[in-house]
Amino acid sequence: MITAVSINAVSKQFGALNAVSNVSLDVPKGSFFGLLGPNGAGKSTLINIMSGLMKASSGTVSVMGHDVVSSFRQARHALGVVPQELVYDPFFTVREILRLQSGYFGHGKENYAWIDELLETLTLNDKADTNMHDLSGGMKRRVLIAQALVHKPDVVVLDEPTAGVDVELRQALWQFTQRLHADGHTIVLTTHYLEEAEALCEEIAIINRGELVVQESKQDLLARCPYRSLRLTLSTADYVLPESLQPLVVEAEENCLLLRLHKSEHHMGDVLKALQVAGIEVTDLRTEEAGLEEVFLELTSSTGNNAVSEQKVPA
Amino acid sequence: MSGSRWRGVYTLFAKEVWRFLKVFVQTILTPVVTALLYLLVFGQALEGNVQVYEGVSYSAFLIPGLMMMSIIQNAFANTSSSLIQSKMMGNLVFVLLSPITSVEFFVAHIAAAVVRGVLVALAVYLVAIFFVDLPIGSLWVVLVFAVLGSATLGVLGLIAGIWAEKFDQLAGFQNFFILPLSFLSGVFYSIHSLPGVWQTVSQFNPFFYLIDGFRYGFFLASDADPMLSLAVSVVFLLGLSAMAVLMLQKGYKIRS
Repeated sequence: MITAVSINAVSKQFGALNAVSNVSLDVPKGSFFGLLGPNGAGKSTLINIMSGLMKASSGTVSVMGHDVVSSFRQARHALGVVPQELVYDPFFTVREILRLQSGYFGHGKENYAWIDELLETLTLNDKADTNMHDLSGGMKRRVLIAQALVHKPDVVVLDEPTAGVDVELRQALWQFTQRLHADGHTIVLTTHYLEEAEALCEEIAIINRGELVVQESKQDLLARCPYRSLRLTLSTADYVLPESLQPLVVEAEENCLLLRLHKSEHHMGDVLKALQVAGIEVTDLRTEEAGLEEVFLELTSSTGNNAVSEQKVPA
Repeated sequence: MSGSRWRGVYTLFAKEVWRFLKVFVQTILTPVVTALLYLLVFGQALEGNVQVYEGVSYSAFLIPGLMMMSIIQNAFANTSSSLIQSKMMGNLVFVLLSPITSVEFFVAHIAAAVVRGVLVALAVYLVAIFFVDLPIGSLWVVLVFAVLGSATLGVLGLIAGIWAEKFDQLAGFQNFFILPLSFLSGVFYSIHSLPGVWQTVSQFNPFFYLIDGFRYGFFLASDADPMLSLAVSVVFLLGLSAMAVLMLQKGYKIRS
């Protein structure tokens, strides 16, 4: 496996707080990598260490083989970071900002065509000569993405890119990041929107309380959850469920029933047969495989952080 | 250093110059008006009553001091306000994410502070010579001290900008450190006119040497030996520069 980002035994302390504890993970080159965890898990700290905005207390990080401390120039050339906050310089227009950012990376006029292409792709053309101060939040987010891409980095890090954006922009950002990935960029996405990670990422690392809980392909991660859901619509709300099925009930409302089945222990046929024997007529049924949210909650709660399960994790 | 590295430094320098030119009323015109008001008030009040150097009117004596005071305040403001604003707005991150090194960051910011300092001093001079006859004894000395003064205060502004976490702290640095040192450095008077103890105190004020050396460039006369002024100014600049570069390399309050 060729590694785009290698994080080796990285720890970061802020006083007595261990923000990141001995985290090691590799982001494969060309992958769409998700870095997941609840708020305060240490995702942004890891990103900041990766991008040189923070210094690790111990451990090393390399980007495309370049150590972010000893070879920071090469590492930063290989990395484009879209910050989580909507930060901007109020003195300049969109085009000026992009040209300045390009200049910081040593590019001159030869890069202006790429800047124009970015403006076009991110539908910023109409706003190119508008001061950053006068842009909407969504437009500012697009400029941040353009800034991260202005030097054509191999690895693009998007730190919570869709936090607080509307549905339309979220869809547009998803499409754009998928296009970047298709163009050969390695994408590192941090998010606490699990639906987003499930839709986009191939490889996922979950961190919780500064520790790496797991790093696996999305398929392997989803396969970790041995359960699936069975949603039933019954012909009547007046029924008595067989005793054997009662422990499986997750939700029961009028004539709708949601059961949680263990993939190897509870066979669909047995469940339906038990219902038939009890004289309960099923008018509709639907199965749902476990999603990332379920796996996430399972993994994060099993690391001893019950608070994670209680935290709202939008799906 | 490769061509692209120079371009990175040049871009940051150009951005800093561009930034202050975009608000030139605040950054260039206002200091000129302020200096002229000082000239008007002090010149009118003291002209004829005070003669510091033989054959030099008080107004003429005052102008180099006002020019250097403008340099001091504006070079300091250029780096300090740019940094504190970038920190508060969060947009400093864009430079920190780039491959620009600490030394390059330092050079770009100080060069921009020198441009602003020299521009403001030049503007004050060009306006002042409409009212007062002011010959230049040695253009080189004037230029050397103008650049030294701008660079030194640019570095102090950089240090203050890195250290300050809010505008209030920066204002404290400016009002309790920069302003007294610049007012008590011989802008308006010769230190020979001060009582003995205050003359000694003034000799420990590095701004005094900047102003005195700068003034020597105009009148070829000064309170201190111009070579001493040059030496003190260079050592002060180098000492502060070392401190600022060290702070940047350590990432003090910038890269946590």
